[in-house]
Amino acid sequence: MPLVNKRMTESTTRDLFPGALEMMILESLRRQPAHGYALVQHIQQRSNDLLQVEEGSLYPALQRLLKSKLVKADWGVSSTNRRVRTYQITTAGLRHLEQQISSFERMFEGISLVLDPGKSPAR
Amino acid sequence: MNWMPAIFRRRKLFDDLSEEMRLHIEERVEQLKAEGKSANEAERQARIAFGNLALAEERSRQVWQWPTMESIRADAILVLRQLRRSPGYALAAVLTLALAIGANAVVFSVMNAIILRPLNVPRAQSLYELQYENQDVANMSYPNYLDLRDRNRSFDGLVAYNISMVGLDTGGSPSSSWMEIASGNYFDALGLQPYLGRFFHTSDEHGPNSAPYIVLSYAYWHTHFQDDRGVVGRAVRLNGHPFTILGVAPPEFNGTLLFFNPDFFAPLVEDPLLVGDDLNARGNQFIFATMGHLKPGITPAQAVADINSIGADLQRTYPKDLGKMAFVLRSPRLYGDYLGRPVRAFMAGLMLLTGLILLAACANLGSLFAARAADRSREVALRLALGSSRKRILRGLFTEAIMISLVGGGVGLSGSVVLLRALSAWQPFPSIPIHLAVNPDAKVYAVAVLLALVSGILFGAVPVRQVLRTNPYEVIKAGSGSRAGKRVSARDVLLVVQIAICGVLVTSSLVAIRGLVRSLHAHFGFEIENTMVASTDLSMSGYSGDRVPAMQKRMIEALEALPGVEAVGLTDALPLAVSGEGDSIVFTDNTSDLRPSNAATDAAIFNISPEYFRAAGTALLSGRSFNWHDDKDSPRVAVVNREFAHKLFGFASDPIGRVFKIRDGSRIQVVGIAEDGKYNSLTEDPVPVMFFPILQSPATSTILIVRSRPGATSVSSLLGAAMRSTLRQLDPGMPLDIETRGKPMDITLFGPRMATASLGVLGMMGALLSITGIFGMAAYSVSKRLRELGIRVALGAQRKELLQAALGRALRLLAIGSAAGLILGILASRVLAFIVYQATPRDPLVLAGVVLAMALLGLVATWIPAQRALSVNPLILLRED
Repeated sequence: MPLVNKRMTESTTRDLFPGALEMMILESLRRQPAHGYALVQHIQQRSNDLLQVEEGSLYPALQRLLKSKLVKADWGVSSTNRRVRTYQITTAGLRHLEQQISSFERMFEGISLVLDPGKSPAR
Repeated sequence: MNWMPAIFRRRKLFDDLSEEMRLHIEERVEQLKAEGKSANEAERQARIAFGNLALAEERSRQVWQWPTMESIRADAILVLRQLRRSPGYALAAVLTLALAIGANAVVFSVMNAIILRPLNVPRAQSLYELQYENQDVANMSYPNYLDLRDRNRSFDGLVAYNISMVGLDTGGSPSSSWMEIASGNYFDALGLQPYLGRFFHTSDEHGPNSAPYIVLSYAYWHTHFQDDRGVVGRAVRLNGHPFTILGVAPPEFNGTLLFFNPDFFAPLVEDPLLVGDDLNARGNQFIFATMGHLKPGITPAQAVADINSIGADLQRTYPKDLGKMAFVLRSPRLYGDYLGRPVRAFMAGLMLLTGLILLAACANLGSLFAARAADRSREVALRLALGSSRKRILRGLFTEAIMISLVGGGVGLSGSVVLLRALSAWQPFPSIPIHLAVNPDAKVYAVAVLLALVSGILFGAVPVRQVLRTNPYEVIKAGSGSRAGKRVSARDVLLVVQIAICGVLVTSSLVAIRGLVRSLHAHFGFEIENTMVASTDLSMSGYSGDRVPAMQKRMIEALEALPGVEAVGLTDALPLAVSGEGDSIVFTDNTSDLRPSNAATDAAIFNISPEYFRAAGTALLSGRSFNWHDDKDSPRVAVVNREFAHKLFGFASDPIGRVFKIRDGSRIQVVGIAEDGKYNSLTEDPVPVMFFPILQSPATSTILIVRSRPGATSVSSLLGAAMRSTLRQLDPGMPLDIETRGKPMDITLFGPRMATASLGVLGMMGALLSITGIFGMAAYSVSKRLRELGIRVALGAQRKELLQAALGRALRLLAIGSAAGLILGILASRVLAFIVYQATPRDPLVLAGVVLAMALLGLVATWIPAQRALSVNPLILLRED
C-alpha cells in the first residue's frame, strides 16, 4: 500500500485497514441486531458519511464473521414488513469486539504519537 | 472429514447470500423511489452504491472455500510462472519423463495384452488347456482326445483343434490360407454365438469326412468377402474338395491362440481329407491343443486328478502307442508353457529394465531438482525469514514435481499410444496370420498416471532434506552457497546409481546385438547364400497318391533346367522356418517291445530328394546321399545327422550300415551321416534328425530349394520370376510361395530380433538419460564454482588444472558408475543367453564397446560445461557481486 506520494483529495477514499469493517459491524450489532442494509445505513450515518463504505463490501466481511461464529444470522421479517436476514452478535463476537477495540485504541495511540510527537498521549 | 454435509451446507449458504444481496438492492431501490427518483434512476443509483455485485458475491463465497484448494491453485500458477522462466529445464524434465513413462506404458501395454488380458471368450478364467506334465506341449491323438472328452467329469466339454494350411478356392485359383480344424463342439463348448449364419456342431459329425463345412473368421470375411452377407451357404473348395460356408465367427473371436488369427474354422472330422492324418491311430498325436471350461465348483487340482486317472488307464490299455499320459492345466493363450514361459520371462525382464529406466529418469530429475532447489536457496531462505512455513515451501516443490511428472506422463502416454496402434496393426510375416493386438486399455492408462505420480513424488522428495535444513540466517549471511562440499552428497549417489543403471542397459544391449550378429553368421547346417525357395502343398491343387512324387520329380527337373541353377533339392519341411516337420520315436534294432518308454530317442523327420544336401548346402560327413532308386521296391534307408548317430549308436562305432526302427516297426538302414544343424530355433541344443527319401516316405508338402551358381543370377527376383513361370507351366493353378532362403527364417529370428531391438532402444534411452544426468551435474558444478574457477585462472591455473577442478568430480562419478554398471550388466546378460543365441558378455569386443560407449557419453555430456569452464573470464566474474 503506497503510503507516501499520494495526493489526498476529498473524493479520494482510503481503504480501511484489515479488520476495521468487521469491528464496526460488530459494534453496530452490539447495539442492536440488524440486516445488511440497515448495517450500511447505520455505519454511514454514524460516521457522518466520512466513511464511504461500498455497500457490497459489507457482505464478504459478514461472511467472515459468520464463519468464525462471531455473529449468527436468521431469516425474518423487518419492521417495514420486508423479508430480511437479521444478524446478531454472539458471545464470542462480544469478546472478540472488546479485544479488537482495545488493540485498535493502542495502535491508534501509537500512530498518533508518531505523527505528532509533541502532543501528549490522548488519554 | 465431514465434507459431504459441508458441500450441501455451502449451497444453502450461497443461496442465502445471493438472496440477501438481491433484497439489499431491492430495499435501496424502494428507498430511492420513495425519495422521488424514477424507477430507472433508483435502480442505477442503488447499483452504484452497492458496487460490483459479482465481485462482492465472489469474495463472500471465497470466505467459505477451502483454503488448501485455493493455495494449491496459487502454487500451480507460481510453478508455471517459474517454469516459463527456465524453459530449458522444464523441457528437459518433461522429455525425460515422457521417454521413461512412455517406455513403461508400451512395455506394460504389451505385457497386459499378451499375459494379463484374458482370451476373448466367455468365462475365459475357467478355460484351461491340457499340457503334458513333463513337456511344454499338448499334442494328442484323436482317439485319446475322444476318450478324455467322453470319460472326464470335470470339463464342460473338452474341445480340440489343429492348425493347418490349405488351398482355399472361392472361385478362382486356390490361395493358401490358414485354418483351425476343430472338434464339432468347439464353438458350443467355448460359449460363442455366430455373427452370421451358424456354427458347426457335434451333431454335424458322422465319422471321417462327414461334415464339409467351414466357418469364416470375421477378419477374413471382412477382407476377402467384403462383408458380403450372402456368403452363408456358398460353396468353396478346400484342396479341391467341395465345402460349404456355414457362417461367420464373431468379430472379437480370433481363435484360442493369442497371436494366431486363423482365416477360417473347419470340423476336425475333415482332417483325413484335408490334412491326411489318421483319426483312428492311437499314436498319431496330430492334435495341436485340447482345452475346456472347468465345470462350476471343480478346482483345477480335481480336474487334473480326474484327467490323469483316465490317462493312466489309457496308458495301461495301449502300452504300445502311448507314453506317459499325465497332464497339468495351463492357460491356452500362449500355448501353455511352450511360449508362455519364455514370453513371460522376457516380458518380466523387459518390465524390469524399463522400470530401471524410469528410476534412472527419476534419479536424473531428482538431481536436477536438487540443483534447482540449491539455486533457489536464497529465495527459500528469504521466504522462511518472512514467515513462510517449511511445509508450504515443500508443497510448492512437490507441486512443481508433480506437475512436471503429469505433463511428462501425458506426453509419454500419447507417444506410446501412437506406437502401440502401429504395433497392433503390424503383421510381421505376410504369409502367416500372426498379429498381436496390444492396444492400451484403461489399465494401461491407470498405470501410466500412477507411475507419473510416483515418479513425481520420488524426485520431488530429493531436495526435501535440503529445504528442511535451510537456516535462513546462515544462507543470507553466507551469500550464494559458495561452499563446494567435498562430502558425498545424495546427488552424487543418485548420479552414480543412474550411470550404473545406464551401464547395465548399454552392456546388455551390446551383448544382445553382438549375439544376434554372431548368430546370423553362425553355421546353421545349411547355406543361405544364393538360395531360393519355392513352396507349395500338392494336396492343395488336388494331387494324391502316386501323382505326388511324379509331379515332384517333374518340378525338380524343370527347375534344374533353368540357366544358372546349380542344384535343386526337395524337402517336405524347411529347417528354421516353422514349417512343422514330422517326428517319430526311434528304437535300436534289437528292441522288440516298441512301446514309447523303450524308445532310444525322438527324432525329427525330413523327407527329401536325392539332391537336397547339395542344394541346401548341408555337408555329408560320410556315406552317401539318396538316389532315385531308393524307392518303394528297395529296402528303406535313411541319412541321419551326427547327433542321431551319437544318440543311437554311441560315439565309438561307425554308424554306416547300422539299422534302427521307427514307431511303425519299419527297419531302416543308415546310409549316410549329415552334419548337425539348427532346425527349430537358434538357441536349441543339438537335435537328432533323420532324412528319408521322398520315394519311400512321400509327402505332399513340397519345398524346392534352388541353389544358383555364385554370380550366375545376382538378382534373386529374376530367378524367382523364372522359377514361378517354370512351375506355372507345369500346373497353372498351383498356389506358390517363392522367396529367398533367408526369408522364412524371419519367424525363427523374430524373438531374438525383437529382444535385441527392444534392448537396443532401452540402451539408447539409458545412454540419453546418462548424458543429461552427467551434463546436468557438470553444468551445475561449473556454474556454482565459476567464481572459484575465475580466481584460479587469475592465479595462473592451466587449462588442464582448470578442467580437473571443474569436472573431476563428475568424471570420477562416471567412472565409478560405469564400472558398477558393467559388472551388473555382465551378471544380467546371463539371462539374455536364453533368448539371444550366443549372447555372452565374455567378449572383449563387448567389454571394449561398453567402456568406449561410457567414455563417449562422458565426453559428450561434459563438453559444454568444459567449454564454459575454459572460457571463464576472471575480470568479469570478480566485478560481479
